[in-house]
Amino acid sequence: MARLTSKLIVAAALAATAGCAKKRPEVLPPAPAETAPTTTAPADNYGQNTGVQPGSAEDFKQSVVSDTVHFDTDKYDIDPQARSILDSQAQWLQKYPNVRITVEGHCDERGTREYNLALGERRANAAANYLIARGVAASRVNTISYGKERPIALGSNPEAWAQNRRAVTVVLG
Amino acid sequence: MPKLLTRIAMALAPVAALLSAAPASAQVEVDVTGGISAPMPIAIPDMPAAAPAQTAAGSTTELGRQLAEVVRNDLKNSGLFRPLSSSMLQPVSFPQVTSPDFGYWGGTGAQALVQGFVRANGDGTLTVGCYLYDVFARTELTRQGFVVGPRDWRRAAHKCADTVYSRLTGEGPYFDSRIVYVSETGPKDHRIKRLAIMDQDGANHRFLTNGQTIVLTPRFAPNQQKIVYMSYENDRPTIYTYDLSSGRSQRLVSGASLAFAPHFSPDGRYVIFSMAQGGNTDIYRIPASGGSPQRLTTSPGIDTGGSYSPDGSQIVFESDRSGSQQIYVMNADGSNQHRISFGNGRYATPVWSPRGDLIAFTKITGDFRIGIMSPSGGGEKILTESWGDEGPSWAPNGRVLVFFRNTRGSGPAEIWSVDLTGVNERRIPTPLGGSDPNWGPLRP
Repeated sequence: MARLTSKLIVAAALAATAGCAKKRPEVLPPAPAETAPTTTAPADNYGQNTGVQPGSAEDFKQSVVSDTVHFDTDKYDIDPQARSILDSQAQWLQKYPNVRITVEGHCDERGTREYNLALGERRANAAANYLIARGVAASRVNTISYGKERPIALGSNPEAWAQNRRAVTVVLG
Repeated sequence: MPKLLTRIAMALAPVAALLSAAPASAQVEVDVTGGISAPMPIAIPDMPAAAPAQTAAGSTTELGRQLAEVVRNDLKNSGLFRPLSSSMLQPVSFPQVTSPDFGYWGGTGAQALVQGFVRANGDGTLTVGCYLYDVFARTELTRQGFVVGPRDWRRAAHKCADTVYSRLTGEGPYFDSRIVYVSETGPKDHRIKRLAIMDQDGANHRFLTNGQTIVLTPRFAPNQQKIVYMSYENDRPTIYTYDLSSGRSQRLVSGASLAFAPHFSPDGRYVIFSMAQGGNTDIYRIPASGGSPQRLTTSPGIDTGGSYSPDGSQIVFESDRSGSQQIYVMNADGSNQHRISFGNGRYATPVWSPRGDLIAFTKITGDFRIGIMSPSGGGEKILTESWGDEGPSWAPNGRVLVFFRNTRGSGPAEIWSVDLTGVNERRIPTPLGGSDPNWGPLRP
């Protein structure tokens, strides 16, 4: 549900920034209940993030380097690239101290189901610990492991597996 | 559910037995583990009705045909028997059930003959008689009678097949049993998973959950009245029990951020499971009725996939404490943890055979394959060759395994079985995709 919501907002934001050439559809999708009305009001662009509410999930996605860090096969250590991503997340989170997050841990399909649940927890925990070490209050951070149950890349090849070995920071609405 | 009664032959013999029921010295024998190349030819003609009658499960004549078909299918699927084709079968009259036409059957090449009958009883139940003959010795090897409710007619056929299988192989029965598994549909990134239950041959399939939350790894309680499984209900992945008679689920493990990998103890009093906290996963034990978990392992690393030995005294599990997934055995109280797998690659999902003599596992050497070894780690044997075989579970007699086979890309997983020879590999039909199968005990 949270995902769908943010997609709708992106669509609205994109439509707003597309400029005058594109005619806006006559009927916009209704604003999701939990979203402030300003998010779909194109006339009142807010700063650089057109139509995006500060402190929202969409603001987070647009402000940080990435919401996702990746891992090597069967590993859960935070490498330099992941550090810079998580640093940007920690910065944003310190700007909005009331925002809570869930860090999701995911694995590729080349591990057994139960082991991958544990490995996904390691990854979520590693990313969460890094954020906490960077000053995000532990009480704001929840973790969940999906093991290999929720891949984003559907292929069965090294590229797809690399994309699926990840920890994703999700800002809770 | 109507209870199935087993009665000895006297109770059902509609005609006087003409032959001694004492088993002859078995000339007809089947070796289960030897990797036989030629399955035993066996004749299983349609079962005549004691008298034509209508039942809640159809006419007795039609039931007799269906019963024989289920027996043929069970024995054929074992890989050890080759039922004669229907063109080789001669119709059997009711009196012939206990007085076979050995002259005819001897000419078909069949070594064994299974005959039976079906009778509609006054109280609505069915009686199914099942007789096994040695065709060359012209002797009766065994007979059994079963009284079942009409809806359970297939169970009588499975019991008959079990009688034949056990008498001819010397192994325990396994056909009258069920499999619980996770039904899967949809692309891998939005896969819908539902608990489902079916007979071991895929019949009587039923969904137990509606697919709104991810459910994983269902496992039968020893008394088969409950299933323990993992669910993402409310985004709090933990362990639940499902009551098969009421259809209700109940959370078993509370307060954990991630609890998974449940297995009942053989006496049904406990569930062992894994709990992850702060990047460390250990094995715990909780009373099956709920309560506070007792920690069994403390090593840094991932300890999971615990499964009891049949006598309940030991637990086999996997741990990556050495740096990669390997199989370990410990006492049921967590003491004496020692590694038993030392081959190439990683070892996962160990499960102890109900006979106690073997441990089955998933072996990862690039590909995922199903293998077996002794509880001391010797005699490793790989049974399947595939890209993604995972999660074995034992048939009640400890001679056949069910597992799931992943396919590359976004295709569905499938349920398969394999016997200890590794030769007889077979897909078990399911309405949709399937994973995480668990083979339940023999039904009472």
